[in-house]
This record gives sequence, structure tokens and C-alpha cells, in this order.
Amino acid sequence: MIAEVGAGALAVALALAVYGSAAAAVGGRTGRAALVESAQHAALGVFAIVTSCLLLLAWAFLSFDFSVRYVANNTNLGTPFYYRLTAVWGALEGSIVLWAWMLSLYTLIVVVRHRTSARDLYPWVLAVMLGVLAFFLLVMTVPAPVFQRLTPVPADGRGLNPLLEDSGMITHPVALYLGFTGFTVPFAFAIAALVTGRVGDAWITTTRRWTITAWYFLSLGLLIGGWWSYHVLGWGGYWAWDPVENAAFMPWLTGTAFLHSVMIQERRRMLRLWNLALVIITFSLTLFGTFLTRSGVIASVHAFTQGSIGVFFLSFLGLVLVVALVLLAWRWEALGAQGELDSVVSRESAFLLNNVLLVAATFTVFFGTVFPLLSEAMRGVKVSVGAPFFNQVNVPLFLGLLFLMGIGPLIAWRRASLDNLKRNFLWPIAVGIAAAAVFRLVGVRSMIAVLSLTLTVFVASTITVDLVRATRARLRTGERLPGALGGLLLRHNRRYGGFAVHLGILVIAIGVTGSQAWSVQTETTLRRGESTALAGYRVRFDGLAASEESNHVKVTGTFTVANGHGAPAVLQPAKKFYPQEQSPIAYVDYRLGLREDVYLVLGDFARDGSQATIRLQVNRLVSWIWIGGIILTLGTLLALAPERHRAGAAVA
Amino acid sequence: MIAAALVYMIYAGVTQSAVYFVTPSELGSAPVAGKAYRLGGMVERGSLRWEPSTLSLTFALSDGKASVPVRHKGAPPDLFGEGRGAVVEGSWTPEGYFRATHIMAKHSEEYKAPHDTNQASIKELMRTLSGGSR
Repeated sequence: MIAEVGAGALAVALALAVYGSAAAAVGGRTGRAALVESAQHAALGVFAIVTSCLLLLAWAFLSFDFSVRYVANNTNLGTPFYYRLTAVWGALEGSIVLWAWMLSLYTLIVVVRHRTSARDLYPWVLAVMLGVLAFFLLVMTVPAPVFQRLTPVPADGRGLNPLLEDSGMITHPVALYLGFTGFTVPFAFAIAALVTGRVGDAWITTTRRWTITAWYFLSLGLLIGGWWSYHVLGWGGYWAWDPVENAAFMPWLTGTAFLHSVMIQERRRMLRLWNLALVIITFSLTLFGTFLTRSGVIASVHAFTQGSIGVFFLSFLGLVLVVALVLLAWRWEALGAQGELDSVVSRESAFLLNNVLLVAATFTVFFGTVFPLLSEAMRGVKVSVGAPFFNQVNVPLFLGLLFLMGIGPLIAWRRASLDNLKRNFLWPIAVGIAAAAVFRLVGVRSMIAVLSLTLTVFVASTITVDLVRATRARLRTGERLPGALGGLLLRHNRRYGGFAVHLGILVIAIGVTGSQAWSVQTETTLRRGESTALAGYRVRFDGLAASEESNHVKVTGTFTVANGHGAPAVLQPAKKFYPQEQSPIAYVDYRLGLREDVYLVLGDFARDGSQATIRLQVNRLVSWIWIGGIILTLGTLLALAPERHRAGAAVA
Repeated sequence: MIAAALVYMIYAGVTQSAVYFVTPSELGSAPVAGKAYRLGGMVERGSLRWEPSTLSLTFALSDGKASVPVRHKGAPPDLFGEGRGAVVEGSWTPEGYFRATHIMAKHSEEYKAPHDTNQASIKELMRTLSGGSR
């Protein structure tokens, strides 16, 4: 029953979205308000239907309705309640439903927020949003039908991929998709600006919050993905330059570039064409990422032709790019530069360079990701470039970006005078040089680590210089310190929110640098009672035990970890045996710390419990990455807070 | 200038870190010692030997036509086993075997009914680990 109802409802939603998109476009062209209003109703209808379908799917999972193929493939009677809910988006078809639902939600918010505020652009924005939505509904109807009946109905389902039985799986896809779909809104505004010829700055100021929100969720999705990889996959890392990761990282890079370049347009009326291009590229990369990860093309170019979903995504991507290019060509005249670059030593040029480096990094990641496909398609040999390639090319770019993060926010607009440079950068440079000397003295050997940490200190100093100077200015007017600082943050929340996000990135940079430079690991086999040592830790193997969980059997090793001071800790890594899987899944155990994590993986064991092979890692500074994520969150919230102008200062 | 620098960096990066994906028969016909390869094939039945005390893992990867001896230092990863597909990264040694630095066992996504034999072996495992009381 559920299968038929769901499939029927999605077909209706598809028809509604197609109608709404067309109605909004015609309404926008002819200025007939009734048509636009009708499109709004269609948007509301699509949202209601997709929401019902999502709930229906969740219900099918909760009630073990194995007559729905997707449910049977991704759950079984032993799957706990919690993971039956996350299983809704545990595989391709369901994740497209989640995607479409978020897009329909965003469309509704656009209707509510911009119906009256962005009059001229609005009908076209609605047309684009509903058009993109129609594409996803089409995908849900033809190549990836989620409501497909399975006959005969099996007594039990296959079960969820055990790696997805983790709390990270509720938040990671949700955050990532909120980011991906979020970029549809600025994209829709950009297309609307091109269609109407209002390519000025209105679309940029209107979508500022949308862009920040989408960027934030994408960042969060990437960070949670890293955390999931770190604590579930058991290889001890958080980032592997895997195509799936790269697919999400590329729009993040161009989105970051966009976030910065719009500030130049707001302030100096420059970069109109560039900003339109960036947001179109960012949106296209979200589609490309889905194509890359969902079509099977990564495994081989030949796999791509087996399923039709790849063809759908590639065709839609092509359509988007062609339409965007035609529109850009059409409005070419109007997109001419308004402002000009006055001097190389200016904030504009620092931001411009930031954009160049970010786009260069995007290109590098793109190239490295599709390189195996290109070489297979053109030369018939499969050649891949792994992590060394990405690190080698990207590390210099990222170091350059760190440096610019110190320069950009402080250097003067238009033309920086020598005095301006001295005032802002004398202290940070001095502190940076001193820090570099200290790092060398305490024995940091890797040049990249020294450079990266030095730049981090430099950027932190520039933020401090700015904050101290601004606070002092307020103190001179007779305010007290807490009030002065609070007032400053609230009144200039965009600026200081941005600084806080930068601070979060710095903390993440320290974590990445530290974990790459100083982590150590060993692999060994221990008999019961035997110990091994690594980096000041002694790990003793105490025994193995088996236990039966709701949907798997778990073999747990018990290890005592001592490091000379404090009470010894007990770590219990395990192997989980799922009946639906042919081999066990590792379950990592760890102790997180600010300085280092102790990370223990049970590799193999003797069936009588007499010995176990373990991999022991001491991972340095990894926790800083997660802490950086929290700082980044707080900074984003501050930047998104409603701006308080003069009135706010009086209250503070 | 930046574009030129980027092109150079990418070029240098590719030439230094390109890894050729080969099948056992391709590798067998022209092995180059020291060059980085990704070798993909099936773990031959009866070839897998794992010595926990020395962490020595040896097996043969085959594509049905040719078979390549592989040695690795470290425990067999999850999803790795005889009769199953695996991709190993490493290089060919002059001594006549493939030294794997990395093993990537592939997870299969298609539907599989729970195996009775699999169930039985898990039950057996429960019994031995809990001292034969079950």
C-alpha cells in the first residue's frame, strides 16, 4: 500500500513543481501576479506532499514494511529504533527524498521571506527553485524510485550498512544536504538577476544570509563527516581525499570564495560577473558531487552507463551550465566592471588573491578527482593520484590562504598607506617571527608545520590587534570593559562573527598540522597479559569476551592503558559480526584529549581469546579540529545575528 | 603567473604520485620494480597465510589468468578474505613478489540474504569465547 501511495504522491508533486515553475516564469515575464500566486500555491503543495512522503517512508521503516524494496534493503527486524529513522536516508533513493524535502522547505522559506521584499526577482527565483525541485522529483520517480514494491514480501530485511549505525549518520547527511541545497537559493537569485537584467547588487545583499547559512551547514557536514570517519572507520584519520569527500569539499571551496568576493561587490561594485560565475559554479559542483558519488562513475567510467541516474544528473548539469552561459552572454554588456583596482596593496587585491587561491584549490581537487576517469577514458589505462598529490599541491595554497586571512580583514580598502600597514601588521609580524623561532627551538622539525603554526600565530595576532584597538577606542568614551567588548561584538557582528569563524579555521589548522606532523602508530600482536608501549603509553591486553547485541554479535577486547601518571584507563575495542555481512566490522575505542588521543583498533584475535593483534595510535591535536568546528559555529551565529546599527550602541 | 605555477604544481604532483591501476595479468607481463601500482584482483582460495606473531600476511591476487604473490605487514583488514575482491597498493620487488603498503577490501552493496553458514560460525565463536558454556 505505502509503495503505491508514495509513488503516486511523488508523481503529483512532480507535476505540481513543473507547473509551478512554468507559471512563475510566465508570471514574471508578463507581470501577471495571479500566475505567480498560483505558483506559490504549487510550492506549498509540493512541500506538503514531499513532507508526507518523508513521513510515510519513516513510517514504513518504523513498522518494518518490507513490501517496500528500499525498506527491505536497508533495515531488518533487529535494527534499533533510532537507526531505523536514520536509515530513511541511509542509501541513494532515501537521500534524494531528504534532499528534495529540504529544497521544498527552502522554497517555502523563500516564498515567506522574499514574496514582498524582492518583487522583481521573486517570480524568477521561484521558477528556478521549483525547476530544480522538479528535477529531483523526476529523479525520485524514474531512476531512483524510493517507493518500489518488493514481491514477494520477505520475512526480514537485509539490514542497514553497519557502518551507518552511528549517531554521526543522523547529523552528517542532514547538515551536508542543508548546505548543498542551501546554495540553490543564491543560485536562483543569480539566475533571476540575469533574466531580469537587474545584475546590480540587490541579489547579493538579499542572499547574504542564505549564503552564510548554506556555507555553514556545508562546513558542519564536512566536519561531522571527518568525525564519523575518525571514530567509526577505524583507520585513525579524518580525511582521505576520497572522491566522496572531495565532492563536498569543492563546493565548499568555491562557496568560501563567493562569501568573500561578494564583500568586494557590496563595497566597491566590482566583480559582478565573477560573483555570478562563482555562485553558478558552486551550485553546479553540488550537482556534480552527487553525480560523482551516486552514479558509480568513480569505480569505472563504464559503470556509469549501467545505471541511469548518472545520465540524469549529467544532463541536468549540462542544462544548468548551458542556460547560465547563455544568460551571461546575453547580459555581457551590463556586467562590465564598475569599480577598478586602485592598488595592489589593498583589501580588494587581498580578497581577489584569496579567490584565486580558493579557485585554484578547487581546480586541483577537481582535477585529482576526475583524473582516473580522464586517463581511463582517453588512454585506456587507469591512473589515480592519491593523497600525496592532493597534499602536495594544496598545502602551499592553503598556507597562502592562511596568510591572506591575516592580511585581508585589516588592510585598507583602495590603497593601503605605509602607515596603515605599520599600524596593523608590525606587531603581528614581530609576534609571528618570535613564534617561528620558538617552534624551531622546541624542536619542531617539519618546515611545513613551522610555517603553518607561525601563520596561525600571525593571523591570531592580527585579530587581537584589531580587537584591542577597537575596545580601547570604546574604553576612551568611558565604557567599562565587558560592556565595551560586548557592544563591539554586537554592533559589528558581521565583522567579529567573521573573525570568530577565522579563529575556528585557525584552530582547525592547528589540529590538522599537529595530527599530520606528530601522530605515531604501531601494530602488534599481544598474548593475554602482555603489554606494548608507544609514546609514553603502556597498553596491556587483558582478555576477550563475546556478547550478543540486538542485531549483531560483538567480540570485545579489554585493554588497560597507563601513561605513568593518573589512573590507568580501560579501552574496549571490538569486532562486530553482523549476520548480513560476510566479515566483521571494527569498533574503535579511544580516549580523546586536548594534547593527544589514544586510539585503539582490534585487528584480529585468536578464537580461544589467548591473543589479539592491535593497532595502537597516538594522534596529536586531533581534538582541536572538533573544537575549531564549535568556534566556527559560534562565529557563524554571531555573523547571522540581526545587525544593530546606531541604536544598538546606545543600548550597550 | 599564478596559473603557470599551478599548472607546474599539478604537473609535478601527477608525475610524482601517479599510481597505475593494473590487473595481475597486466602486472605479470611487465613488472617494473619500485614503481607504484594499485593491483586489483581476487584473493585466491588457499593462498591466504596470516602469522599474528610476526604480523606477516601473504596471499595471492588473481584475475583468473595470472596470479601475483603479495606480502603485507599488518593484520588483515575488515571485509578481506579468500575468494573476495581486494585492491592493494604498493610496488613490485626484485625478489619477485608484490609488497603491499595498503590493502583496500571492497564492501559490496548488493542485497545478500543472511547466510546460515555465517550464522553458524558466529554461534561457534560465541561458544569458544565464553569457554564452551553455551
